Amino acid sequence: MKTLILSTAALALSASFALAQDMVRMGTEGAYPPWNFINDAGEVDGFERELGDELCKRAELTCEWVTNEWDSIIPNLVSGNYDVIIAGMSITAERDEVIDFTNNYTPPDPSAYVAMSEDADLDGGVVAAQVGTIQAGFIAESGATLVEFATPDETIAAVKNGEADAVLADKSFLAPIVEADGDLMFVGGDVPLGDGVGMGIRETDGELKAKFDAAIQSMKDDGTLNAMIAKWEVSSQFE
Amino acid sequence: MACYLTTGKHSNFYVAFGTVLLLLAITAPAALLFGFGGAIAARSRFFPLAWFGKIYIAIVRGVPDIAFFLFFVIALDQAFEYLRHRWKCPDWLEPVRQGNDFVVCQAAKLPLSTSPQWMHEVYGFSLAVLTFAIVYGAFAANVLYGAMQAVPRAQLETAEAYGMSQRQTFWRILVPQMWVYALPGLTNLWMILIKATPLLFLLGVEDIVYWARELGGTATPRFTDYPHGDWRMWYFLALLVFYLGFTKLSEAVFARITERLSHGQATAAGEAQRKAAHA
Repeated sequence: MKTLILSTAALALSASFALAQDMVRMGTEGAYPPWNFINDAGEVDGFERELGDELCKRAELTCEWVTNEWDSIIPNLVSGNYDVIIAGMSITAERDEVIDFTNNYTPPDPSAYVAMSEDADLDGGVVAAQVGTIQAGFIAESGATLVEFATPDETIAAVKNGEADAVLADKSFLAPIVEADGDLMFVGGDVPLGDGVGMGIRETDGELKAKFDAAIQSMKDDGTLNAMIAKWEVSSQFE
Repeated sequence: MACYLTTGKHSNFYVAFGTVLLLLAITAPAALLFGFGGAIAARSRFFPLAWFGKIYIAIVRGVPDIAFFLFFVIALDQAFEYLRHRWKCPDWLEPVRQGNDFVVCQAAKLPLSTSPQWMHEVYGFSLAVLTFAIVYGAFAANVLYGAMQAVPRAQLETAEAYGMSQRQTFWRILVPQMWVYALPGLTNLWMILIKATPLLFLLGVEDIVYWARELGGTATPRFTDYPHGDWRMWYFLALLVFYLGFTKLSEAVFARITERLSHGQATAAGEAQRKAAHA
């Protein structure tokens, strides 16, 4: 009898473990359209919302969306406040030392400069970028003066009000803005940066990483990932 | 325009005003309690307790708020989870710290990862209240400590002469009289606390400043039915009106409290009231 109770308890315990494992909290920024943003209804929306929901369905996980400031998005992941970062985060060697990345779900994507005039000084002038991005790292190593902002939106505002000569960001983020605003234009050529975008996962969470890797692969294989990239115009497509 | 102001995103903005007011309503008494405890501890004749009180006041007042809110809260959260981990999963063999990762068993998570989002939000909010209470409690403790010292010694001596015990002197004579000395300092703290609420966002609670920035930011037509340019100025102007109105209201309330507390006190204000009553 005793063993029976014990094994039932063990079963119940493992069942609840399994249940707990299946709830995955997805952390995103919610300020980077078309990748992720808060829509008019106040919910997380965008390419990564659609992609994340599809990946969770394929990996048979229940997912919940939370937003977190970009600045502290990695510390909160390693501290366990959510399980995945899905926020247009480029895979870089520097970040890879702290967290793990799934396989990339978009190919390496060009960044681009946007300025108010054609002759903006990109090499020696003042260039804006969001803090802690690969673009910020790139500017810091070029000759230009880097000014950093907490949100992507503020980097654009800095160019508009003359605080910065240009802004460097993902081209897919800048394109709809340039389209909507007659004063802004792309200058210089595209700048290839990073190794594509992937989901950030704790280094100790190998199982979750494997599940998402498999789901991403299956979406690459049946072409749904390319279709989704085309729909949201976030990057180039996979070959 | 009316449609624009009633989108789901805007309701989040309006709810955030409630969040801020709720935070203030809970934090202010909690911080006062921490402050009172701290002041009593610092005055204690029992040395370890006095040291504890003084160290609490000195350290918390010395650490920059932003450092406190960024690191202390994560540390606090991890401390809670670690204690629960030791209690709920004694058989767990792997270390809790693995490289950069902080890993506790699923049952020790706070809140459980299976719990709905509102539980996470309430937990985050409680952490925020606790942190605010600890930080502002330390400042309040210093104010109250000073106020207790400011009560005229003659008052206490008279109480002792009437045969009151230490405890009676403290609660019946010292505490009722100290408030009037503490009030200017506490008023300052309250004003600073009102303005410090945007620190909430560091703690993952979406407050009014976060939503003002989010809503005011340029909205491109592709991602919303209500595109507009950079409207942050207008949203922040609304916040300015809110904060100024709120602090103005607080000032009026504090003026009334000061008037009441000065009644019959051995202070200049109390004396003035006495004379006015006679005339």
